[in-house]
Amino acid sequence: MTERVAIFGGVYSNHLALAALLEDAPRRGAARIFCLGDLGAFGPHPDEVFPLLREAQIPVVQGNYDNSVGNNLADCQCGYTDAKDNYFARLSYDYTFANTAPENKTWMRDLPGEIRLNLNGVRVLLCHGSPRRMNEFLWETTTSLAFLERLCQDFEADIIVGTHTGLHWHRALPNGKHFINCGAIGRPANDGRTCVWYALLSIDEKASVTVEFIPLEYDHARLASEMRAENLPPEFVATIETGWWTTCLEVLPMKERARGVF
Amino acid sequence: MTATDTDRPPFLPLTSLDTLWFQVAGTLCNLRCNHCFISCSPQNHTLGLMKFEQFKPHLDEAVQYGVKEFYFTGGEPFINPEIFEILEATLAVGPATVLTNATRFTEEKIARLAGMRDASEYSLELRVSIDGFSPETNDPIRGPGTFVQAMNGVRMLVAAGFLPIITSMRSWEIHQDDEFLREFKARLAEIGYTRPRMKLLPSLKIGQEAKRDHGYGKYEFVTEAMMVGYDETQLLCHNSRVVSDRGVHVCPILVDKPDAKLGVTLRDSLNGYRLRHQACITCYRFGALCSNAGSLEGNRLARSGSEANPALGTTPTQN
Ligand code: SF4
Ligand code: SF4
Ligand SMILES: [Fe+2]
Repeated sequence: MTERVAIFGGVYSNHLALAALLEDAPRRGAARIFCLGDLGAFGPHPDEVFPLLREAQIPVVQGNYDNSVGNNLADCQCGYTDAKDNYFARLSYDYTFANTAPENKTWMRDLPGEIRLNLNGVRVLLCHGSPRRMNEFLWETTTSLAFLERLCQDFEADIIVGTHTGLHWHRALPNGKHFINCGAIGRPANDGRTCVWYALLSIDEKASVTVEFIPLEYDHARLASEMRAENLPPEFVATIETGWWTTCLEVLPMKERARGVF
Repeated sequence: MTATDTDRPPFLPLTSLDTLWFQVAGTLCNLRCNHCFISCSPQNHTLGLMKFEQFKPHLDEAVQYGVKEFYFTGGEPFINPEIFEILEATLAVGPATVLTNATRFTEEKIARLAGMRDASEYSLELRVSIDGFSPETNDPIRGPGTFVQAMNGVRMLVAAGFLPIITSMRSWEIHQDDEFLREFKARLAEIGYTRPRMKLLPSLKIGQEAKRDHGYGKYEFVTEAMMVGYDETQLLCHNSRVVSDRGVHVCPILVDKPDAKLGVTLRDSLNGYRLRHQACITCYRFGALCSNAGSLEGNRLARSGSEANPALGTTPTQN
């Protein structure tokens, strides 16, 4: 029997997209749903996502944001190196940190760094950035296939799934393994569309692998007005309303940057 | 620990061979900037131009080791007559970043670069060094006429759809950064670059280095004691190596130092390196200055057994 799971990450406090996903994924035949972390940042009311995740009993991998907020660290460990990127990263970190309840911080602190699954004999490794470092950026256009094969070998996995960059992509590797970035449901994929993205992974009884990226519609207008009411930066609201990234752009490789308008 | 233990320069193992540099132009450059840390010039033949046939076996070996990305430097990479073949072969297997002074471009060359960029699934990054926003501020450092030439190169790159990363070494006070960036962005906008990517390199890093070379002070070394609690991912040599026409060296900064050559093939270079040079203390203090996004800070995930099975590709990936 085909095993199908839904995998999402980069929630960024987008509780409306999370609620939409929890309805959408089972409808598409996902027997289980997994979250790859970064629950806070960017969006409004960080505490709202926790009851949703707990109620649906979603296993969650710890993201760098969760690690930071959970351990009372001074910053989000997003790995930005540009002053302007860091300015916006600081705004959202301070807001998220101040508005997350202590019990949710503890819960995030105790999340696992990885989850391993066996789907019809195929070894799946769920992580946040890369299996070796929580905040490693693995971009589609700056990560060689040879490197991804090395990760699969070193970490004894047939499929590695991460998030962290916020852009979804998939590579079938020459050695038969796979790398998947499931994207983010917290903000659009810098593609001029207001939907957000997650991944459906299906593995049939012959161990053949199908990866599908699902565009998820949700009430983005409501999210935008909640963000405004919380005085979050207009730049963030613009991303939700237009689908184009306006901040944290300096970290993008050339091709990913060129696809956007800013 | 005794004093002699901790005063020694530390031995830094290669954590993982992620980044491979190619010194494709050796120490040869059409310019002779006064801050150039390996004193490149049209006459400096310490390291020569790398031929395609020298380059290709290293690229193949790098794929075996699972290298993630490739960087090209010199000297000026575009004085190498085989640079296009070299970049094309690279873009078939991974991303490429070229550090250039942008003074040697023509429309034909840029069209060729754009073609190979579009044919690859990987990014082709161009990092253009310009050290001031005007001839008056740049040319004293990089040479007469270089501002106009380099800006013309940038204009052509942008017109061809590239988003070059403009890098400038800070020769002003740090509090003047915003002013510098504002001035430079205005100049770039005039030539059509409306969303410039810019990177400022820390002040005087290299210049200080040159001065240090003459004055070996007793405490001017990295010591083992200094490595306690230090995040070694700040150092380029923890996850990269550089290949020249002479072999494999520990890092681009020491590429012209005889004791920084580690061997002929990548396999010879997979052990660590003792950080015995004056330049190492500059790296130690200021961190990596060469990668596109700067260094990615710590927070490595502990994984059971990861020490015994380091991400270093000492066993080539199969395929
Ligand atoms: S352009 Fe670069 S390599 Fe050439 S002399 Fe100047 S700093 Fe050195
Ligand atoms: S100069 Fe820097 S990168 Fe090179 S060996 Fe010394 S510490 Fe490492
Ligand atoms: Fe993240």
